[in-house]
Amino acid sequence: MLRLEGLSKRYKTGDLALQNVDLRVPAGQVMALIGPSGAGKSTLIRCINRLVEPTAGRVVLGDTEITALSRNELRRARRRMGMIFQEYALVERLTVMENVLSGQLGHVGFWASYFRRFPQAAVDEAFSTLDRVGLSEHVDKRADALSGGQRQRVGIARAMLQRPEILLIDEPTASLDPKTSRQIMRLICDLCAERGLAAVINIHDVQLAQLFVQRVVGLQDGKIVFDGPPGDLTSEVLTQIYGEEDWTATVRRKRKAVDPDDEDPVLDEERLAGNV
Amino acid sequence: MTIERIGDHILWKRQPPAVVAARFAGWLVLVAATLWCFEIMTRDTIWSFVLDAPRQGADLVGRMVPPRWGYIQELWWPMWETLNIATLGTMIAIVMALPVAFCAARNTTPSVLFVRPIALFIIVSSRSINSLIWALLLVSILGPGSFAGIIAIGLRSIGFLAKLIYEAIEEIDASQVEAITATGASGAQTLVYGIWPQILPAFAGVCVFRWDINIRESTVLGLVGAGGIGLNLQASLNVLAWPQVTLIFIVILATVVLSEWVSARVRHAFI
Amino acid sequence: MSVASGTRWHPQPLIADARVRWALIIGATLYLILALASIDVNWRRVAEGIPRAIRFIGAFLPPDFTSRWGDIWAGLAESLTMTLTSTVVGILISIPIGVGAARNVAPVWVYLLCRSIIAISRSFQEVIIAILFVALFGFGPLAGFLTLSFATIGFLSKLLAEDIEDIDPASAEAVRATGASWLQWMNYGIQPQVMPRLIGLSLYRLDINFRESAVIGIVGAGGIGATLNTAIDRYEFDSAAAILLIVIIIVMFAEYSSSWIRQKVQ
Repeated sequence: MLRLEGLSKRYKTGDLALQNVDLRVPAGQVMALIGPSGAGKSTLIRCINRLVEPTAGRVVLGDTEITALSRNELRRARRRMGMIFQEYALVERLTVMENVLSGQLGHVGFWASYFRRFPQAAVDEAFSTLDRVGLSEHVDKRADALSGGQRQRVGIARAMLQRPEILLIDEPTASLDPKTSRQIMRLICDLCAERGLAAVINIHDVQLAQLFVQRVVGLQDGKIVFDGPPGDLTSEVLTQIYGEEDWTATVRRKRKAVDPDDEDPVLDEERLAGNV
Repeated sequence: MTIERIGDHILWKRQPPAVVAARFAGWLVLVAATLWCFEIMTRDTIWSFVLDAPRQGADLVGRMVPPRWGYIQELWWPMWETLNIATLGTMIAIVMALPVAFCAARNTTPSVLFVRPIALFIIVSSRSINSLIWALLLVSILGPGSFAGIIAIGLRSIGFLAKLIYEAIEEIDASQVEAITATGASGAQTLVYGIWPQILPAFAGVCVFRWDINIRESTVLGLVGAGGIGLNLQASLNVLAWPQVTLIFIVILATVVLSEWVSARVRHAFI
Repeated sequence: MSVASGTRWHPQPLIADARVRWALIIGATLYLILALASIDVNWRRVAEGIPRAIRFIGAFLPPDFTSRWGDIWAGLAESLTMTLTSTVVGILISIPIGVGAARNVAPVWVYLLCRSIIAISRSFQEVIIAILFVALFGFGPLAGFLTLSFATIGFLSKLLAEDIEDIDPASAEAVRATGASWLQWMNYGIQPQVMPRLIGLSLYRLDINFRESAVIGIVGAGGIGATLNTAIDRYEFDSAAAILLIVIIIVMFAEYSSSWIRQKVQ
């Protein structure tokens, strides 16, 4: 589905953010990308849709080689990749509906979008998506009037309206409180399951990642140092990714969530939401 | 900050002595330069005129009061013209300033190396030359009348508007634009969805602010023949009709206060 | 709540009340038509002016600095000296007025007095003030100097007052809580907070005063404006072009150096 081959990025400042990264994400797989700040997580995700131009290597989505596309072809390819951002990145002075419909911009012409004349099918889809993420009450509110969790839901709805094949998600929960973070993660994972979407999620919160994803990739200094199921994340692995620290709490909590006999997982989730 | 030890005492001074001395020297130079400039400037001043000023002032006030209220009948049309010069001039300037601003802003310019310096040059030259000077030139080219005034106001305002708008463009939140780009939007769509909503309040505020200034400026354009109430001012001054001049001043004051009120209201509506 | 498919969606209009919206649209259109109709353009006269416009544009290559250099130099010297002196004097007067016009540090009667001084100074165009001062003090740069000082007061005091009103009240309060006198409070609580911006504004005003000094000469208040006016009256566009270029270059220089100084200060 998504294939990265020998992807490297060196910024103009000389910083080598990615070094020869190889990665495959099969269709429908939700994958978490963990690693310390500055490991290159954001760069990796932005190299996939070329918001950041990679210096070397190939990005292949399905059978399209993204890195070989011209500007116009890239525009068309970007429609297939929905993106969700850390600080929501909503256009704050537009309404919720306008923000959601902006996910359709790649599909409509300039003047239609200028006069907000979107095809009725897109409007229908926008309404139903807003309903799905629980925001149908707030259609005509301005985005800056919403709370953080609501804004992220708008961001998710915008990405969904692109009818993407893959989601690129950059720190979706970093600006949210623990409870909302979990609701947002669950919403993202449920939507991926419903629509068979693959997803690459950059995430700081290792415990949260372990609760929801099928695969974890650890990035350190621009290189992949771990790739496996969340259950394989041990103290040693975390030390390798993040550095020396007491990881026992993180490792233990993960076991609880994974092992159904240990405790009622729902109860555990609720407790986590209150505690973390 | 410097700390000095003398025996058991610690001396604290805010700055090292060298910095204090340099500052003092700087102030001294400024004072000296000002006095020197004043000396040069007043070399040809006839001081008996200046000393006579209080008496002249009293005399002038005596001649200016009371204003000739009946003259107001002749001022309605020039006031309408003044308003038009300011409004139409501002509109022309807005239309021309927008592309210049987008070319001048680092984050939207098509080319930092070629287009941006040209846009910046347009901004600086338009800003350096006062609308009265533009009017002076245009009257000698286009002939007297409000048409020259409108163009003069327009040319002067392009730089002002473009400068403030491009600064607003450079301050926008890049992540919102990035998000729109990531949906596969075209350049024009990114402009309309990602950039324009962010600069709209600043844009509206700047335009109304400039309109307010232009009302003030257009009241004097008539002095060089470019239409508006300034023509009446010039005519009245030429025949030393001071009571009419007083009335014109009152009318200008009222207009300026009114336009300030309007612009404050409009700016409030766009936040 | 779920929305039936086929539901129409329209963007929110800027003005919610449809009647107000249409009244504004119709009013604006009507105004535009009337305003455009009332400009009378004498096209014959414009056509006559075109060769002059071409000559004017042509005069920039090359501009003539030499034949009127004596006049240009004299005008420039007047403008520059006028600019510096009026800015310094203007700043000196506007600081007490600005402090007095800040509601959070001045008593009501001082506040009202200072605000009305500011209002008078800001309401009139520099040129109109210059006309009055020329009538009072005679032709020449002294009238220009007084005009620019007066205009500086309105500009600087207003912005300074707004700055003082915007300061962080907590740190000002903390200084007051130490038992400081009013002057000490000003010096320790207020001054550090507004000083960088005051310097920036002063430099900006220096720049404005130079530009204005090129204008008030038209009504007899000295400076490069008088030279420019004469040049254009005589249709000496090559000299006029030279003067304009000098003005643009000085303004550019002032703008770059003032932004450089402002960066140093902050």
